[in-house]
Amino acid sequence: MEILIPAILTVITAATPLLYAALGELVAEKSGVLNLGVEGMILLGAVCGFAAVYLTGSAAAGIFAGLAGGMALSVVFGVLVLGFQASQVATGLALTIFGIGLSALLGQELVGVAYQGLPKISLPLLSKIPALGPLLFRHDFLVYGSFAMAFAVYWFLARSRAGLVLRAVGDSHDAAHAMGYPVVRIRFAAVLFGGGMAGLAGAYLSLAYSPLWIENMSAGRGWIALALVVFATWRPWRVFIGAYLFGGITILQLHAQVLGVGVPAQVMSMLPYLATIAVLVLISRDRNKIKLNAPACIGKPFHPAA
Amino acid sequence: MTKTFPGVVANREVGLSLRAGEIHALLGENGAGKSTLVKMIYGVLKADSGEMRWMGAPADIRDPARARALGIAMVFQHFSLFDSLSVLENIALGMPADTDRDRLKTRIHELSDRYGLPLDADRHVYTLSVGERQRVEIIRCLLQEPKLLVMDEPTSVLTPQEVAGLFETLKQLAEEGLAVLYISHKLDEIKALCKRATILRGGSVVGSVSVARESAASLAAKMIGEELKEARLRGDGKKRGPVRLEVARLDMPAADEFSIALRDIRLSVRGGEILGIAGVAGNGQDELLAALCGEARAARNNRIRIDGHPCARAGPNRRRALGLASIPGERLGHGAVPEMSLLENGLLTSYRRLGFVKRGFIRRRECRAFVARILKRFRVKAAGDGAVAASLSGGNLQKFIVGREICQSPALLVVSQPTWGVDAGAAQTIRLALRKMADKGAAIVVISQDLDELMSLSDNIAAICAGALSQPVPTDSVTVERIGLLMAGARDAN
Repeated sequence: MEILIPAILTVITAATPLLYAALGELVAEKSGVLNLGVEGMILLGAVCGFAAVYLTGSAAAGIFAGLAGGMALSVVFGVLVLGFQASQVATGLALTIFGIGLSALLGQELVGVAYQGLPKISLPLLSKIPALGPLLFRHDFLVYGSFAMAFAVYWFLARSRAGLVLRAVGDSHDAAHAMGYPVVRIRFAAVLFGGGMAGLAGAYLSLAYSPLWIENMSAGRGWIALALVVFATWRPWRVFIGAYLFGGITILQLHAQVLGVGVPAQVMSMLPYLATIAVLVLISRDRNKIKLNAPACIGKPFHPAA
Repeated sequence: MTKTFPGVVANREVGLSLRAGEIHALLGENGAGKSTLVKMIYGVLKADSGEMRWMGAPADIRDPARARALGIAMVFQHFSLFDSLSVLENIALGMPADTDRDRLKTRIHELSDRYGLPLDADRHVYTLSVGERQRVEIIRCLLQEPKLLVMDEPTSVLTPQEVAGLFETLKQLAEEGLAVLYISHKLDEIKALCKRATILRGGSVVGSVSVARESAASLAAKMIGEELKEARLRGDGKKRGPVRLEVARLDMPAADEFSIALRDIRLSVRGGEILGIAGVAGNGQDELLAALCGEARAARNNRIRIDGHPCARAGPNRRRALGLASIPGERLGHGAVPEMSLLENGLLTSYRRLGFVKRGFIRRRECRAFVARILKRFRVKAAGDGAVAASLSGGNLQKFIVGREICQSPALLVVSQPTWGVDAGAAQTIRLALRKMADKGAAIVVISQDLDELMSLSDNIAAICAGALSQPVPTDSVTVERIGLLMAGARDAN
């Protein structure tokens, strides 16, 4: 138990940024927009969040700046893709490269600066429960927020009217347009949400996970988040499972490496990626489920008839 | 109203007036500008010039929401449904945001009972057949309690009984004060339903007539500008060749909970014969077509034989090599790749049979000649062979897809809804082409929900109901009513 609790705690910290980024991308994709710039938006969120804390000392300011940083980059994406109807794939890739460069530039002064990390919020009473208490109820704001966000996204898509409209826009933008729904505005909102969530993922990395700023610190998590969305067949609770699976194996293989398992470190580092993809492929084999959940208009530009 | 698209005037100073309680026909061939006109009425397209007046006052119908607010509802030709959403969700999207789901569901069931449009509100649209999708559209419109209902080809996928039911409904609605703008190519329907008709040809109004004073032939003549040729469609039964398609004890389990399992299908078609398969939408027609053309494979190879070769476990390419061609009911996405050009779509099903690919390279010249032949013979209106499939109107694409298979002269053709949504002249061209193919020795299976078409075209006829096929019988020996009963599940034709 003594070893297990810290291990599980690290699993949560490894899963949280993935969960944010993937939930944001899931909403954007459900509206029919494929944004491959997640990695770039995470990095901008990370550097903005860290810079805000460095300048103001306020954790809240850091979280907010992370959100705003990711969102700002997604505005660029939205304008290009929805306004000028640029290719979503090419624009998204460019956005990632741009985000990597811009965040490195902005963060030059921040390398090597130390920060003690986001304050932990112990929930009264609940956190006193033996074993379970420290495990579930002594986290920072962003971890609680990620649980709430997973449920909120599920509820929004499955239950709310606005979520239904969003899914409709992703399924057939022409039909949605014909019914009088503002396709471009809805997609822009979804893209902004995706950017904000990627920004929060970044803020979590630089303010809680590490916590410090290094260039390119997201280390491919944006791409994993993208893969999670597809393999989770666009369902929020599966994204949740996928994120925790990935986080879990990341930590497991780190511990295994420490214990000196006779497998090359590179192979061990591959494990989380392999296992996540393998498991999600297994649970997403059903063709009908994919047909049912995949947004049919994903990646397609929308040209309203004159 | 005038509307111009690059290179073509779709509507030239078109005028039309509708009264409350009137069912008004809008008549015209594919590409005559009917769709453009109704899209302007519904606010999907904006007119270049002209004016609309609604209840006496000038109306600026900027968008569909505005049209709906005025009380205008429309059933589209290309259904504007969301595949991955349920029937209920699809309908909810067209309703005000505060509509209660449970109450909506109750109202859907009330309407579907009252108007004979059976629907399961919880099914996902992608599992529905064309006919079922149309029911969703109609119910969606009726729920808005409109003052004007625009219907684009509403009966093309309904059974005779359903058509009769729909007509009763429309007449009832008209008596209650609803105005209906009814677009159809079926002249006898217009005769039965409408009092006045506006006829479009080449984007202009060629006449606004009182239907009672016109015959079906005179309406057709106004619509296409020439007389329709009466022609023999039924075979003479003399030139029957050997059995080309033989299906014996074919069972296919349902692919998912919304598909129909095929049960003990038995049929055989000889060269020179057209077998018609009637049935209400969603009774296993799609599954039968998939099983025959190789998209779905049976457990035992000998269940289907083409010219004696067992092939029930073979894929589409192997069956094509044996002489099969097939035309699915869904045009965009199944019968043609929407974003590919006609040239490429023409190549896709024909390149093996006609040898358009040599050592991995496309023989463009031969392929272009082939596509040009299709466009000419079936009078497909398209901007050349470079036009993408999705840019064609429904009827024109149908002509292209049917023409593509017929022009390959296959030994065996399986076709679903051959004349769905095409106008009277083109439908006749397609039916004549099918008969000509049969006369040359091909075997043809026509799966259709248009019973009149089957009665006039097929030599033998069977009905499919809940995945079981009735014993095929000579068309001469049965009445329409008898086939109607078979479609409803009666066991045999006698």
